[in-house]
Amino acid sequence: MAQEHKLAIFRGRWKFKSNIQKIWGVLILLSVITAIEVILGIIKPESLVHSHFLGMKLLNWIFIILTIVKAYYIAWDFMHLRDEKTSFRRIIVWTPVFLISYIIFIMLFEADYIYNVLKDSFIAWNF
Amino acid sequence: MDSTVTTVAEENVWGGGNNKPLGASYGKMMIWFFIVSDSLTFAGFLVAYGFARFKFADSWIIADEVFTHVPFFHGSYPMYYVAFMTFVLIISSVTMVLAVDAGHRMDKKKTTWYMFLTVLGGLVFIGSQAWEWATFIKGDYGALETKGGRIIQFQAADTGERLALKDFAKTIPGERVNHERKNGVWYYGDKALPSYSLNEVIEGVKADPNVVVRVEQLTERGEKTVLSREDSVKKLDEAVMVVEGANLIHNEYGNRLFADLFFFITGFHGFHVSMGIMLNIIVFFNVLLGTYEKRGHYEMVEKVGLYWHFVDLVWVFVFTFFYLV
Repeated sequence: MAQEHKLAIFRGRWKFKSNIQKIWGVLILLSVITAIEVILGIIKPESLVHSHFLGMKLLNWIFIILTIVKAYYIAWDFMHLRDEKTSFRRIIVWTPVFLISYIIFIMLFEADYIYNVLKDSFIAWNF
Repeated sequence: MDSTVTTVAEENVWGGGNNKPLGASYGKMMIWFFIVSDSLTFAGFLVAYGFARFKFADSWIIADEVFTHVPFFHGSYPMYYVAFMTFVLIISSVTMVLAVDAGHRMDKKKTTWYMFLTVLGGLVFIGSQAWEWATFIKGDYGALETKGGRIIQFQAADTGERLALKDFAKTIPGERVNHERKNGVWYYGDKALPSYSLNEVIEGVKADPNVVVRVEQLTERGEKTVLSREDSVKKLDEAVMVVEGANLIHNEYGNRLFADLFFFITGFHGFHVSMGIMLNIIVFFNVLLGTYEKRGHYEMVEKVGLYWHFVDLVWVFVFTFFYLV
């Protein structure tokens, strides 16, 4: 089972000497990201909470992007996707990415529509 | 027809033989396909949460007000405990990946140790989640529920601090007592009564001018709306019952869908973690017994590892959408 590991992250900018070192490096990265998330979640900086982008708080965008970054490193380095063949990796990653993006789009669009129905029409729900 | 005949020895066919499409062995490819389909299931659940949240965008629960407890500490510490849980799961992911690495180098002793630590991390996580559930079910301050299922909470008018029902509810003698099973022969008990009756809470609010009502509706700034004293007393007319804690039908923290989805999604994730712990224990014993040593490779550690990392991956998303966003 001699398997070769690609030992660099950040597109080759951070190189490791061995696979074990890379694992600890990725752990540090994930811990730092989690710490940033938690600190932002506790402080809730005014400037990020009250500014919006595409109808969502800037802070929430930051959380979601950091989550996807974390997911990337878990999948690429802990689950060894970095070492798999490119075609195999694409099958595994792009299939759910496409399907999940689609369901997010239709469901949230529909939910927003229902929100407006509850808000503007003659349906009493808050009594 | 010739092209379909495998030329490998019969006993290897179950393992996919020597044909390795895309460079992955049969087992590894299948666990990946399982992970892909399972990620779609979790995505469906989380999108359902997003749906409920967008539908009730201006009255949804503020998670920071719900998960504020840390075991053995009093006071309000939002986020800290979940952050700890997330960290535990990431650490157990790291020990798992170290076990896989040790397995590749055929290092039985290290693989055993790392598998043991992974199981330990999983148990700490699942225990924390059980505690989190228990705290959520038990409830915090208590609230009233209106006919339409909306929640009325209370806070002090001067300090703005949340008030628990016991802080102001009156004790009115002669109220109904909980009928327990031991008191009747053919009557098998009834539902547990809340600590205070609706009347006791309402009279308590009326007697104490410092109590005001918070409703679910969010203000422009994303905080819960606090009614004036007059409106607060008027709002009490809509209340029909006292709610303490959360379950699938009532939820003192706010929208009941939040509790439903919380139980469902973290429960489903916790179920995955439990299964992961079981698989890890099985692999741990197999490593200990030398099964993989005899087989010549530790690929099973890697396959179970993939599942374990996936559970971690899902938690990263659950953490974001339930606690952060």
